[in-house]
Amino acid sequence: MANEKNDGSRLVPYPSGALVPERDVDKTPILETRHLGIDFGGLTAVDDFSLTIGRTEIAGLIGPNGAGKTTVFNLLTNVYQPTRGDILLDGYSTAGKTTAQVNRMGIARTFQNIRLFDKMSVIDNVKVGLNSSTKESFFACMTHLFGYHKAEKLVHEEALKLLDFMHMTDVAYDEAGSLPYGAQRRLEIIRALATKPGLLLLDEPAAGMNPSETAELMENIRKIRDTFQIAVMLIEHDMNLVMGICEGICVLNYGKVIAKGSPDEIKQNPVVIEAYLGKKSESARHRSIAYQPDEGGADDAEG
Amino acid sequence: MQFLSFLISGLSLGSVYALIALGYTMVYGIAKMLNFAHGDVIMVGAYLIYVVSTMQGLPIWVGFLASVVGCTVLGMVIERLAYKPLRGAQSLAVLITAIGVSYFLQNAALLIFGSSPKSFTSVISKKPLSLFDGALVISWEAILTMIVSIFIMIALTVFINKSKQGKAMRAVSEDRDAAQLMGINVNRTITLTFAIGSALAAVAGILLCSSYPTLTPYTGAMPGIKAFTAAVFGGIGSIPGAMLGGVLIGIIQMLANGYISTQLSDAIVFAVLIIVLLVKPTGLLGKKINEKV
Amino acid sequence: MNEKAIKLLGGKRPKDKNSWITVSIVVALFAVIEIIKSTGHISNLLSGLLVPICMYITLAVSLNLVVGILGELSLGHAGFMCVGAYSSALFSLVTKDAIPMTWLRFTIAFLIGGLVAAVFGLLIGIPVLRLKGDYLAIVTLAFGEIIKNLVTILHLGVDKNGIHFSTESIAALHLEEDGTVLIKGALGITGVPKSSTFEIGFIIVMITLLVSLNLVNSAKGRAIMAIRDNRIAAESVGINITTYKLFVFSLSAFFAGLAGVLYSHNLATLTANTNNFGYNMSISILLLVVLGGVGSIRGSVIAAIILTALPELLRGLSDYRMLIYSILLIVIMLFNASPKLVALRERFSLKKMLKRKKDNKKEVRADG
Repeated sequence: MANEKNDGSRLVPYPSGALVPERDVDKTPILETRHLGIDFGGLTAVDDFSLTIGRTEIAGLIGPNGAGKTTVFNLLTNVYQPTRGDILLDGYSTAGKTTAQVNRMGIARTFQNIRLFDKMSVIDNVKVGLNSSTKESFFACMTHLFGYHKAEKLVHEEALKLLDFMHMTDVAYDEAGSLPYGAQRRLEIIRALATKPGLLLLDEPAAGMNPSETAELMENIRKIRDTFQIAVMLIEHDMNLVMGICEGICVLNYGKVIAKGSPDEIKQNPVVIEAYLGKKSESARHRSIAYQPDEGGADDAEG
Repeated sequence: MQFLSFLISGLSLGSVYALIALGYTMVYGIAKMLNFAHGDVIMVGAYLIYVVSTMQGLPIWVGFLASVVGCTVLGMVIERLAYKPLRGAQSLAVLITAIGVSYFLQNAALLIFGSSPKSFTSVISKKPLSLFDGALVISWEAILTMIVSIFIMIALTVFINKSKQGKAMRAVSEDRDAAQLMGINVNRTITLTFAIGSALAAVAGILLCSSYPTLTPYTGAMPGIKAFTAAVFGGIGSIPGAMLGGVLIGIIQMLANGYISTQLSDAIVFAVLIIVLLVKPTGLLGKKINEKV
Repeated sequence: MNEKAIKLLGGKRPKDKNSWITVSIVVALFAVIEIIKSTGHISNLLSGLLVPICMYITLAVSLNLVVGILGELSLGHAGFMCVGAYSSALFSLVTKDAIPMTWLRFTIAFLIGGLVAAVFGLLIGIPVLRLKGDYLAIVTLAFGEIIKNLVTILHLGVDKNGIHFSTESIAALHLEEDGTVLIKGALGITGVPKSSTFEIGFIIVMITLLVSLNLVNSAKGRAIMAIRDNRIAAESVGINITTYKLFVFSLSAFFAGLAGVLYSHNLATLTANTNNFGYNMSISILLLVVLGGVGSIRGSVIAAIILTALPELLRGLSDYRMLIYSILLIVIMLFNASPKLVALRERFSLKKMLKRKKDNKKEVRADG
């Protein structure tokens, strides 16, 4: 795993100057935001947010509570229309598009407070994700004729494949709302993947998980990137996870980017440490951004 | 002059709507339910004063008192029996129960009084006020309606903003759980809201039937719907909104009646409501609700 | 359940089986009534109820698509029924002599009634479906009332100079000698052929039922229910909310239109009032949906049958029947929806008790 990751995951500058993993440097970036900003009634929630994400990069977005991380996700998925700036997805602007259109252009996401279709079965949740790529017309759906069953069989098989990918076939017919917390988070990721995105946004995927679940999640995120060859961007407070799997990290505070770079650079950045721990005091100097005493874990993943 | 006459009758009708709409909006604000039976409380109020003063021949003020007290008690009983058990249930279930209560009141009145209309004796027996050599005729009922309504609205506003109970009502409508944690008796506050709303409905019923003196078990239905419209028009849950909405709906209806067509006036009122909601989806004075993602 | 077992199921979900049960119930009931009819043992009262029952089933199932499947409260369903009733009645009246074949005329009448209602559903849906909850409810109620109101004042006549219409009176139509009045304002339409039969009603019910059940158990149905369960999540997986909402709204209006056609071709005189096309009717339909179970198509069918037949069968109680009906309604709602009573019922439910015993055993084993 470490070897796979090592080849090409060093951050190098794009021609534009943004940092991306080495292996993505010859390809167009999947996401490019330029001076993105949004105001809520005179209050600037996010300002001057510029970021480039490579095609197969795993990027982290971190920052203290209330820094505007989820707002950035909402801007990227056009839940909020930005007040300023541009979003280029695969080179195309998403300005004026609806959330649904942006999804079909290639951004899928999960939510901080899980948003599943609770009363539907697990497999139906995935099938809803597959909805926009299936060819069934309204007419076929009303009559169950005109190749409906054939199309439905394809959808069913694809949904099973996706569930199998995350080891969830055994609960396929359970009600989504009755799943344990960790499984609900996994299902949300599968549902997002079902929409065949180029960029997957994960909003605190490890929240509420125990260490072993988190370790499994880290494996899964890497597996997703490697299998589907897509970019992943995640918001997370668990620094072991962020430092362990992210190639590029962007730190947000008060709606502004205060640092960008590789995990090692971020860990040593005094501005970041200050943002997290307040004004430098003797004790803060000794504690690193990673919170946890065993920094080794994070370093190991770097290889 | 004609315009002034329409305007005054509109104001008068509108203030009745406002009184009813206040009941809708207060209950909605606090219990988060559409009380579809509210319109029928008006009808009960009108029948009560009819029984006491017209049939029994007791003085008007006795009938008035009986009507207000009777409706207040009725409102509290309905709340206790039908709505309280449903606290925390789906809003659709509460809506249907309210419809059931509405059917019950209508059919009970139908059994007691029959379907033939009763002619209601106005609470005032004075000749209409004639101004400008008869160019402008204003009924005393209209004047009384406006005076009573204005008085009630001022009193209610003071009560809501100044009194301890009023503040409790506002707190419950803002956040029920937080209010409970602050030591407010939520159940009592909700009962009080129903009591006030029903008392207002009784007054509205008496005023309405003084101006339009036919009384049937279905008398309350259409004014109820109109007042509901008015509450939504002004922004449901907002007390000044209900007053504004009620008065505007009354004026629009009377102007449409006078200048366009009597048969079309209902359609015009509803059309105005639709247009307002399309421009301002939470009504004129309603709060905008932001959904958190 | 392992992977193999799921593959064996071949994607058949329990819901598909449920649909067949619902359809079977309706077909069986139809067969039973046909047999009773052929032996001549049917009472006048019951035979008079057959077409209305078909109409109410169609209305309840179609409103359930909006309320139960899409999750939006509509209080103007009777408006669409009204549009369907009037447009088809007008067509049948005009072509009574031109198209002598009843089946052809009636088929076209159904298409016209349904499509005109669907167009109204679409036109109304475009502006109003962005409103939410109670606001949507009041706006649909308002539209229903406007439709009813406009129909009551509409006068329409035809003569050699063409079509005349007025909102005032028949005289204001200024018809020539040979002209005929088609719609007489509040007096409505008279002379519509009474073509509605139980068999045709059954066909309409089956069409509505099959299309609704198919839709619910399909890809689009899943997307619609996803919007109901979590709008924001549905948008995030690429579902165009507006398209789906409009589709359901106009499909539901289409079926309401069909019910309207059944209604208008079952009467000597078609007029519009609060009880047939106003909010009272819309609320009655909503009652069927809620009492049958929001989102349950089969529930809507059963509630429509029972609640249409019940008040008529209780006629012996005369004046008290509506009072009893209203008390029953309140009691049923309290029993079904009150959180305390629901909890109480669950405590004493046999199913749960058995399950609890099993769970207890499991726990014991785990402890050991």
